[in-house]
Amino acid sequence: MISRVERGANYVLLLVFATFALWPVGTIVVAALGSDGAPGGLANFAAAWETGRFGSSMLTSVAVSAFVVVVAGVFSLMAGYAFGTMTVPGGTVLFALFLLGLTVPTEVIVVPLYFDLRTFGLTNTFWAIALPQVAQSLAFGTFWMRAYFRSSPTSIVEAARLDGAGTWRILWRILVPAGRPAIVTMIVLTFMWTWNEFLIPLVMASNGQLRTAPLGLAFFQGQYSSGFALLAAGAVIVALPVVVVYLFLQRHFLRGMLDGAVRE
Amino acid sequence: MGSGSRSLGPSRWTALAYVLPALVVYAAFLLYPLGRSVHLSLFDWDGLSLATFVGLANYVEVVTDEGLRAAFGHALVLIVFFAGLPTVIGLAVAAVLNRAKVRGLPFFRTVVFLPQVLAMVVVGVAWRRIYAPDGSVNAVLSAVGLGDLGRAWLGDTVLALPAVGVIGTWVQTGLVTVLLLAGMSRVPGDLYEAARLDGAGAVREFFSITLPAVRGELAVALTLTVIAALKTFDLVYITTGGGPGNRTSVPAFEVYNRAFRLGEVGSAAAVGVTLTIVIFVINLAVARVGRQRT
Repeated sequence: MISRVERGANYVLLLVFATFALWPVGTIVVAALGSDGAPGGLANFAAAWETGRFGSSMLTSVAVSAFVVVVAGVFSLMAGYAFGTMTVPGGTVLFALFLLGLTVPTEVIVVPLYFDLRTFGLTNTFWAIALPQVAQSLAFGTFWMRAYFRSSPTSIVEAARLDGAGTWRILWRILVPAGRPAIVTMIVLTFMWTWNEFLIPLVMASNGQLRTAPLGLAFFQGQYSSGFALLAAGAVIVALPVVVVYLFLQRHFLRGMLDGAVRE
Repeated sequence: MGSGSRSLGPSRWTALAYVLPALVVYAAFLLYPLGRSVHLSLFDWDGLSLATFVGLANYVEVVTDEGLRAAFGHALVLIVFFAGLPTVIGLAVAAVLNRAKVRGLPFFRTVVFLPQVLAMVVVGVAWRRIYAPDGSVNAVLSAVGLGDLGRAWLGDTVLALPAVGVIGTWVQTGLVTVLLLAGMSRVPGDLYEAARLDGAGAVREFFSITLPAVRGELAVALTLTVIAALKTFDLVYITTGGGPGNRTSVPAFEVYNRAFRLGEVGSAAAVGVTLTIVIFVINLAVARVGRQRT
């Protein structure tokens, strides 16, 4: 039996741990509403939005994230479908190459990408920020969707095939609707990784014309020195989209990040 | 898939067509740059003028150059903070919480996992504030009468690296705890009951039942956190910029610094390739150990 003392100690432990986890978050939220060099209250967010030029950086982040999520999502679905249910020529090697991408650090690809894209005049463009992230997301997406398609019942697919449905129709009419949970997990993780990515936009948009939200916050921190309130408000603005998605769909974050790590 | 369904199923070329869009983008923006990095690492190049072939000299530098050796040394320290501490704390907390069925566990999980979804820039902004001379670390120290120990933590030549490490501990501990809690909850309850009937205490229960049961989860947690420590770039860039001096410089930061600030592209590529190999080997090793034991 668990004694009352032990139970009480457990609640203390929970409380201490939760406080540790929330302390930095609380620091930011409280400061964001404070009046350290700012009007104070919710007006801080409007002021930070103006001063930190978050309007344009948030818009860039929305565009990049939407592009990466949609393109990487559709391509991952297609590739995962083929790897999971069909015989792809050289499939074992090709799939191993996709798995390789799960471990390749961004640092090693960003250096040659910068110099090669500069040769083509593509640095400081939307594409230079978005396409490398599509490639990175494809590694996880293909791995994740293949696992789903392998586990989907073949009987439904066979039945549809006998009814004369083509592979394209089977994918979009049967497998995609049935695989919504797995697909949502892929989407939220791709969104989070893209939204939070720092190194790729830092290097690829080095002239500072095109900024994503995290990059905008980093520049804001470097330039703005009159009080902490507006910087904190900026941090809240940048973190909010992912945090909101997390609060509503946290099951997907947990499952994706934990199961996604358990590779064969 | 059996041969019967294969004859009915889509052709190999249809299958390849489905893979092709992903493969093209992936090859162009990940595989090709990876190969290019290996290629660049064999040259001495400032990013502008003509490159000179130097063979493996850049890799020799990874081992001999003081700054780079220091950077890899710092990465080892970060591994203690990103992987070591979270694993020890996570194991202890998860084991305790698993023993007693406390209420509020879902809320607790939501809260402790939260650091994982925050952009590192946001994390950096928050912790710079906490470590500032007028931040909460110093405030707590003065409140308990240790005000003399207060300092600008991220500017301290000795303590800046551990200070960055603690941020890593903060980010990773929730992930490890949640992962281990999930693993422990799958251990059948009658195992514990049997152990208790045998008179096993909490400690023996932990070492003979709980710990062996979560070996797989531990392997995953260690892989994720060690790799996160090795990949640390944003956090260092935001909080210390590698300083004071190069006291918090890490390999991932050196790649950026050398390629885009010092104009040593070949050296940067060599550091990047070395880092990739280290991460790949760790992944393989942990995967192998995990497979043998489970």
